[in-house]
Amino acid sequence: MSLSVTLTINGDRKDVVLEDPRVTLLDLLRERLHLTGTKKGCDRGQCGACTVLVDGRRINACLALAASLDGAEVMTIEGLAVGGRLATVQSAFIEHDGFQCGFCTPGQIMSAVGLILEGDAGDDPDRVREGMSGNLCRCGAHAGIIEAVLDAQKRVAGEEGKAA
Amino acid sequence: MPDTIPFPSAQVRFGSSSGQPLTRRDGFLKVTGAATFAADNHPENLLHAVVAVSTIARGRVVSLDVEAAKAHPGVVEVITPANCPPLALDPDEKHGLFGFRFDALQNDRVRYAKQPIALVLAETLEAATEGTRLLAPVYETEPARIGFDNGEPYAPATVGVGGAPDFDRGDLAAGLAAAAHLVDTEYETPAQYHNAMEPHAIVAEWDGDTLTIDTPNQAIVLSRAAYAAFFGIPPENVYLRSPFLGGGFGSKAILAGPQILCIRAARMLQRPVKLALPRDQMFGPVGHRGATRQRLRLATDAEGRLTALEHHAVATTSSFDEFIEPAANASHNLYASPAISTRHGAVRVDTGTPGPMRAPGEASGSAALECALDEAAAAIGIDPLEMRLRNYAETDPATGRPFSAKALRECYAQGAERFGWAGRPLAPRQMTDDAGRLVGWGMGSALFPAPMFQAEARATLRADGTALVETAAADMGQGAWTALAQIAADSLGLDIEQVEFRSGTSDLPDGGVAGGSGHTATAGSALHNAGTDAIAKLAEIAVNDPASPLFGAGNAGVEAREGRLWHREDETRSEGYGDILARSGMESLEGSGTGGRDPADAEARAMFSHGAVFAEVKVDPDLGQVLVTRLVGAFAAGRIINPKLARSQLYGGMIWGLSFALHEEAIHDRRTGRPVNADLAGYHIPVHADIPAMEALLIDEDDRYVNVLGIKGVGEIGITGTVGAIANAIWHATGVRVRRYPIRIEDLIG
Repeated sequence: MSLSVTLTINGDRKDVVLEDPRVTLLDLLRERLHLTGTKKGCDRGQCGACTVLVDGRRINACLALAASLDGAEVMTIEGLAVGGRLATVQSAFIEHDGFQCGFCTPGQIMSAVGLILEGDAGDDPDRVREGMSGNLCRCGAHAGIIEAVLDAQKRVAGEEGKAA
Repeated sequence: MPDTIPFPSAQVRFGSSSGQPLTRRDGFLKVTGAATFAADNHPENLLHAVVAVSTIARGRVVSLDVEAAKAHPGVVEVITPANCPPLALDPDEKHGLFGFRFDALQNDRVRYAKQPIALVLAETLEAATEGTRLLAPVYETEPARIGFDNGEPYAPATVGVGGAPDFDRGDLAAGLAAAAHLVDTEYETPAQYHNAMEPHAIVAEWDGDTLTIDTPNQAIVLSRAAYAAFFGIPPENVYLRSPFLGGGFGSKAILAGPQILCIRAARMLQRPVKLALPRDQMFGPVGHRGATRQRLRLATDAEGRLTALEHHAVATTSSFDEFIEPAANASHNLYASPAISTRHGAVRVDTGTPGPMRAPGEASGSAALECALDEAAAAIGIDPLEMRLRNYAETDPATGRPFSAKALRECYAQGAERFGWAGRPLAPRQMTDDAGRLVGWGMGSALFPAPMFQAEARATLRADGTALVETAAADMGQGAWTALAQIAADSLGLDIEQVEFRSGTSDLPDGGVAGGSGHTATAGSALHNAGTDAIAKLAEIAVNDPASPLFGAGNAGVEAREGRLWHREDETRSEGYGDILARSGMESLEGSGTGGRDPADAEARAMFSHGAVFAEVKVDPDLGQVLVTRLVGAFAAGRIINPKLARSQLYGGMIWGLSFALHEEAIHDRRTGRPVNADLAGYHIPVHADIPAMEALLIDEDDRYVNVLGIKGVGEIGITGTVGAIANAIWHATGVRVRRYPIRIEDLIG
């Protein structure tokens, strides 16, 4: 049995033939499209390493069946930097040392982008911590991650202010 | 009097890189998703492998429905003990000091839950996964032996990696008899699983008798030889790539059954094979921290000075191999006592074999010792910090040797000041916040050895004035790509941007083991020595060349900086590296170096990193919910190459301490022997909301004995001290002394 879906991934429209209905968005990205920036840490929606944006909202790609996403717009870590220029969140993660091994990092960054887009956490560190708590880190880079998210949020808000 | 020794500046001259808080050189790759971890590789014609694991903990596999699995579309092969060719070495034998016995389908026996019992290979991951489900194993089950009281106790011959199980110094009986106060107390720590965010993974591809493997590894060249030995090929036939590890924490230093099976399958089927463990299989064949039961007796005089310190620890291990968490050794080197006696026992249970897990022994032992010391301080009625100062060890308590450097007093003082420790009420339950939560402050001392291993490195100066430096180091997040490049750049007198650093593959000089908090010291020393060797050779050429402005200076009369050799006494005389090479007709010049410790220094001095950790907790008096609200650590760990990365390492350790104190515990069902919380929903590690405001102070410490660079490690020490500091803060908040980790809500209410 094969299924066809059309996805827009990082701005590129892709017609995908799924040979197997069990394929998750995560395994589609990693094993079939070779977009391996998105990581598999648990395959159970418990660690957040596979966080991507689907239609602007952050989700665990391991919990979404690819076949259910016909027409969706997917943004992965590979789509964040444009023309070799890092997004604000990405450069903030580097500056604040918001990672060590780097394995949870794509998920942390996509989650941070989603959190900032949601616009609910404000500049309250406790709410940012809460809003990032679906993304586990085992190295213990939490302090740098939260600093990076707060800093990036401030910078993004500043840029919007200027634009307005 | 400060107990630090001035660093002799003539010994090593540092350039512009070391000491700078550079951001990670691999940062761009890691924030863009371009850093390639093992499972990100996908060679052509790839097969996917999934391990089928046992659901019983003891017995044997009677049957597997191989036909059903093979009938599933996409399944290519099922490997079981019936068709698995033998390895060149017996996996039930011990091979080398770091060799562990493992399960690679050598027979039908089951000796722990989550043990590999078959391997399914398929064209897709989905098919391979389904194939394992279709195997429907039938077992002959024997009762599982789980927990200290159901296992088989025995006296281990060694603890940790080759350590002695027992230690005695001084007269314990006399020390106990002389005591004005005696604390006799017991602590328990649970089994913990490393759970690096990156599950163990491997992509294996054979080309005749040569093997290429992508797999995260903490000891790249050592492991190359081990893999080669199991497949009967020379080490140089194995090419192991491990540029990035998604965390390791000890679990990726050793060979385990799943990786071996994947290589086995790739050879059988003559196709590349990828295997990435599902999260639940991280709770079986790839090591863990054994549970401990510890009894401590602290005898003190009326003023709180130890007259005897006794620490007995019993740890769990598997039925078929041994790694005994050396918890009692935590009492050897920290507090002065005329008598110290430590013992280790072991209990065999039906789990996978434990292994080194971030601060093996030091973490568990410190978790008990730091609390026991607070129990003594409370019994005598003195402040916990004062208690530690009264027992400050001026020389190593275990050997009587001087410390190579020890700035623990400065750690106590600066940590306490930063935290605001002064004025802490002695009695518990004295402080509350505006919301009515109980507030407590606690502290602990941190200690970790500063070992050196063996490493080699190569440094090549190139005609264009840049350099190539090479060593097979492993970066599992500690920052080897950056810190080691900083060291190498300084050794060559070059800007870091002019240095190309090759690392992380087995074709390079042996970078040693990323473990024991000794990797930067060891691989860094090798790189430093390689760079120095290259510069010395270059100087030899220049000072003997009449055409060089440095002619006649003598090779001790020049120094290297900014890509040039300079006359030490005449700044107008200098020459660029490229010019020296060009005139002598050389395209490049190679230096080599090794890292290791002068055996005389190792014998003469005790070498440790030290620290002090202060914690504030808030406890809901009705619900027992604990929140750590502040953590301040102060650490003296010799010369810090990169303060930004060192601080991250220390934070990481402190967060592991918080996790040890409040979160982590693997629970095995006593009937089946299965881990019931083998996932990241049930096996708790802290989330962002659990992590408080943190500070890690880096205390200056010049250590001229520890190694040529004055470097100690920072990867593991942060756990020690932190566990006890949090437990002590909980006691201070609530008046409840909990002696079993992790500390839970139910321990604090009712």
